Amino acid sequence: MKGMTTVAPRSLSGRLTRLNVLVTATGLLLACAGFLAYDFVTIRQALVENLAVQARVLGSNSVAALTFNDRESAEKTLAALRAAPNVVASGLYAPDATLFAAYRRAPSDPVPAQVELPAGEEEKQWSDQGDVLLVDRIVFQGTTAGYVFIESDLNLFWQRIRRYLVISFCVLASAFAIAVGISTQLRRETLRPIAALAEVARHISQEKNYSVRASTETPAELAVLVEGFNDMLEQIERRDRELREARDDLERRVEQRTAELAAANKELEAFSYSVSHDLRAPLRSIDGFSLALLQDYSDSLDADAKNYFERIRAATRRMGMLIDDMLNLARVTRAEIRRERVNLSAMARAATAELKKTDGSRDVECVIEENVETEGDAQLLRVAIDNLLGNAWKYTSKHATARIEFGQMRTNGSRVFFVRDDGAGFDPAFAGKLFGAFQRLHGSSEFPGTGVGLATVQRILLRHGGKIWAEAEVEKGATFYFTV
Amino acid sequence: MTDQAILLVEDNPDDEALTLRALKKNQIMNEVVVAHDGIEALDYLFCRGPHADRNPDEMPQVILLDLKLPKVDGFEVLRQIREHPRTRLLPVVILTTSNEEGDRVTGYGLGANSYVRKPVEFGEFIQAVKQLGLYWLLLNQSAPLPRSA
Repeated sequence: MKGMTTVAPRSLSGRLTRLNVLVTATGLLLACAGFLAYDFVTIRQALVENLAVQARVLGSNSVAALTFNDRESAEKTLAALRAAPNVVASGLYAPDATLFAAYRRAPSDPVPAQVELPAGEEEKQWSDQGDVLLVDRIVFQGTTAGYVFIESDLNLFWQRIRRYLVISFCVLASAFAIAVGISTQLRRETLRPIAALAEVARHISQEKNYSVRASTETPAELAVLVEGFNDMLEQIERRDRELREARDDLERRVEQRTAELAAANKELEAFSYSVSHDLRAPLRSIDGFSLALLQDYSDSLDADAKNYFERIRAATRRMGMLIDDMLNLARVTRAEIRRERVNLSAMARAATAELKKTDGSRDVECVIEENVETEGDAQLLRVAIDNLLGNAWKYTSKHATARIEFGQMRTNGSRVFFVRDDGAGFDPAFAGKLFGAFQRLHGSSEFPGTGVGLATVQRILLRHGGKIWAEAEVEKGATFYFTV
Repeated sequence: MTDQAILLVEDNPDDEALTLRALKKNQIMNEVVVAHDGIEALDYLFCRGPHADRNPDEMPQVILLDLKLPKVDGFEVLRQIREHPRTRLLPVVILTTSNEEGDRVTGYGLGANSYVRKPVEFGEFIQAVKQLGLYWLLLNQSAPLPRSA
């Protein structure tokens, strides 16, 4: 899983086997080593004791030969040592410690010419080049009758040790094999619930089926884990269900709202369609027949009557404009926003050029910043720019000269566009009414208009996720700031 | 100026009167056949019903077609005009109150030759009719009428 430290995956079973083998091997090895050490000492000791007994027996049997100086008999006695293959050499010594008779297993084996045994000591033993050597005092009736010397190799000892090692190895190996076998079996049994749990977890993570539960027939320690696991699954399942229900509910509500909205939109569309058709037709009749009367009965109408007809016609035109503006406002609300790169400078230039063309007599300085670009719906943003510059143009019309400015600036790190004029402005106290549909801050005799333009602009900017606000002072001009 | 008729399809008697007045004001003297709904217009064009005795080789020079009509609406009338080999090349000018983008797209899609919105201001309407007359009756050369069977 991401974000969690992971350990290289090692199977629990492998680890358990290693642990078992290690424990078994260590135990067995330690036991073998113990036995070996013990046996090493005791076997050697037994060997030495055996040698001492041999020496004593030899001594006892040789007392007569020594006493009577019977060299032949002594050598015969010594020759019996052939029965003990471990004895390398042996010798009998006179009481003055000189060699009396000798035995050699091989002719080349040396027998010392003299032995030394400090007075008062019965026996001396030592090792030399892996052999055990021993000198024993032969005592007969309280006096030293002579000395016996025996040298024995340790071949027998080493042989026994070797055999011992082989047996130990065999025992170790079979114990080891049995231990591994038993451990495998035990491990399998111990790990089965864990493996089952792991399988359940794997199944859940693959199938996303949280209704599965792990078996609770496990050893006590695991039962806690399994219980916790199952608890967790239950919680997930419950949460899942709640989430699904919430989502379904939400979807249902969205669907319902969408349907309602679609119905409302359809109604609005039908309404505006009907307005654009049916509401304008009577206006056309009113204006048309008024004009017909003015044209055809001009002679029989007095100035007042003609004036009234002109008023009727002016009101008709105004209502026609209102309907058109209203429809435009509705269209802006419905229109789909298609975002693209838009050059606002070019739009502003086109708008001011158009205004100058329709009313060329005015002295208006238009200052338009170059290359002001943004992302948005070109068609709608053009409507917004046209409206804002059209307003600037309109509300500067009472001044002899005017200056209209379009540009951008940075405020608190965000880009703000602005349209500034030095015209009639408005009382900031009424700024809140500025963007309401059909709200006007000036009488229509003063400045003509329907009060829909800024509402349309605001709606366009809101639909882009932007906003608009204004600063003004009466007769000092107004500045409209907006973001897209 | 030719002497072929103008077919005006218009259900609103006020609009009918005003259109006739606008035509007169512009000295357009062609005969104006008025159909008050879609059925009437199609009956006239295809010489059916009350117009069964009409000479099928006489077709209007231009059809001024409103969209909102009783029984069969303007779009359906236009569709049938464009479907029929006898009438499919006739100039049709949609003359309506609506300036819905959807209506314009549908109108041109069905093969309208022009789309003119009736202005509220009657002076402007007279101007519009004048230009329509100038263009469709005088300047424009229509396709020859196919021979009737």
